[in-house]
Amino acid sequence: MMDNALIIRSADKFRGKTQVLTDVDLVVAPGERVALLGHNGAGKSTLIKMILGLTSIDGGDISIDGAKPGSNVARARTAFLPESVNFHPTLTGREQLTLFARLAGGDRPDIDALLDRVGLSEATNNRIATYSKGMRQRLGLAQVLLGQPKVALLDEPTSGLDPISRQDLYAIINELAAHGTAVLIASHALTEVEAQTDRIAILRKGIKVADDTLANLSHNAGLPTRMRILVQAGQADQIAKATGGERINGASVELYCDANQKMQELRRIAAMGDVVADIELTPPRLEDLYRHYSKEGQT
Amino acid sequence: MIARIFALARAEMLILRRNWWLMMATGIMMLFALALTFAGSAPTGTLGVDMLTISVSSMTTLAVYLAPLLALMMSFDAIAGERDRGTLSLLLTYPAGRGEILMGKFLAQVTALGIATALGLGSAGIVAALYGGASPESLIALSRLIATATLLGAVFVALGYGLSALAKSPAAAAGLAAGLWLVFVVLFDLGLLGAVVMDGGGIFTQKIFPWVMVANPADAFRVWNIAASEGVALASGMGGAAKTLPNWAAPVSLLLWPLLAFVSARAVFRRVEP
Repeated sequence: MMDNALIIRSADKFRGKTQVLTDVDLVVAPGERVALLGHNGAGKSTLIKMILGLTSIDGGDISIDGAKPGSNVARARTAFLPESVNFHPTLTGREQLTLFARLAGGDRPDIDALLDRVGLSEATNNRIATYSKGMRQRLGLAQVLLGQPKVALLDEPTSGLDPISRQDLYAIINELAAHGTAVLIASHALTEVEAQTDRIAILRKGIKVADDTLANLSHNAGLPTRMRILVQAGQADQIAKATGGERINGASVELYCDANQKMQELRRIAAMGDVVADIELTPPRLEDLYRHYSKEGQT
Repeated sequence: MIARIFALARAEMLILRRNWWLMMATGIMMLFALALTFAGSAPTGTLGVDMLTISVSSMTTLAVYLAPLLALMMSFDAIAGERDRGTLSLLLTYPAGRGEILMGKFLAQVTALGIATALGLGSAGIVAALYGGASPESLIALSRLIATATLLGAVFVALGYGLSALAKSPAAAAGLAAGLWLVFVVLFDLGLLGAVVMDGGGIFTQKIFPWVMVANPADAFRVWNIAASEGVALASGMGGAAKTLPNWAAPVSLLLWPLLAFVSARAVFRRVEP
């Protein structure tokens, strides 16, 4: 087990009398990217705070590359990107990053190169007050890259980012992982992380209900893909009958099919001709995975 | 550790310079000090002391109110503000202990306060000296005033951190700061005055009162400045209570307070969960 960068063993956490985390186990190996999914209040942020040593652990234990959470060694080896990260508005990006670099200790990093890496080279000497939310998020990412962390914890890293920034963000995360950093990404949106992570852990009401690759999770859950067929006006009833779907309104029909029957179903619908104007495919959402795994967790 | 404290202090200093705190504080100090110096310049001839001595005695009374106020205005936001902006949790994940974070801020803010005090009171002192004369003794009294006013400010900077860590929001911290100022600077003295009047010159007035008084850092500051200079005591007409105390009482009180306030602020800050 010592080769894992982050080890969480049967962690418990209470807030007053309510238990917000129950017996959570999670390991992340160096270079692995794990998504921690769950709704607001599922315990993601609490778990991250426990790993960071910002809040006490009421049961079980956590090890960061062999060190205790909150110890100086652990803090030096951990990088953190808080949800909607913020900085002191009167400092410039460079000043803020220089402060963090000095606090982190170790070698003096090349601040300009770092800011360039996250696409902030134009704004290095501007005050953070003038930054957009996306720029603050980039600055937050720059401080994650300081000093090659063993473990990186990213809380909702894509919130407030446009799609291109998201791609940049994941490129940087992948680079981190390629250098051997264990990456844990907390998110409430499956679509944000599915293509970008090696494994997905799902928290529900403080209990880990699933921990596997997305493919395995979807397969085990047998979750259907949702198809929405847009049809020419007035033809909805007819198509609904023909496909076995459900009429949503005069111009659209919705139906569900298993992942392995998707192509077959698509060919069948495409063959219906001009009546079908468009087909929208929605893969299983976190909500569906959730519902499935939380039911399973109860038995 | 030292490198981290200086890094924090440097960033804090930048902030104080940029948000005009330093300018404002210096300006306020200077303005009030000059006004008091000229308003209080009348008794020079009758008391037979130079004008700088009068000025120092007026500025002592001024600094009792102003130094704690400016210190609290700066420090109340230190932790509550960081928490409110959401910058505290990230800062706490870096390998800087909470004591180091407080010390970095403390160094910067006390330095800023020292600069504002030295420039504000110092320039008023220089004007008084040029206008109405000075002596080696009154110059020492001025330096003592500047140093002790900064020390008094340091007490309230540290106390401000304590209540900033206790408060749930910056607004609550500001309210607590106002209350703290009122208690230490105004109500405490009023209470003592009431007690002395009720006691009517009894045991309390003679034995206990001076010690209770000097336990308050604001009064310790006043007593230190008055007791140390005969001229200032004469000009302020407040030497009475100070004379019954040993010479070390006020300096010990004023030197212990920043230490105690800082240690307790750190203890409160340790319990803060961002």
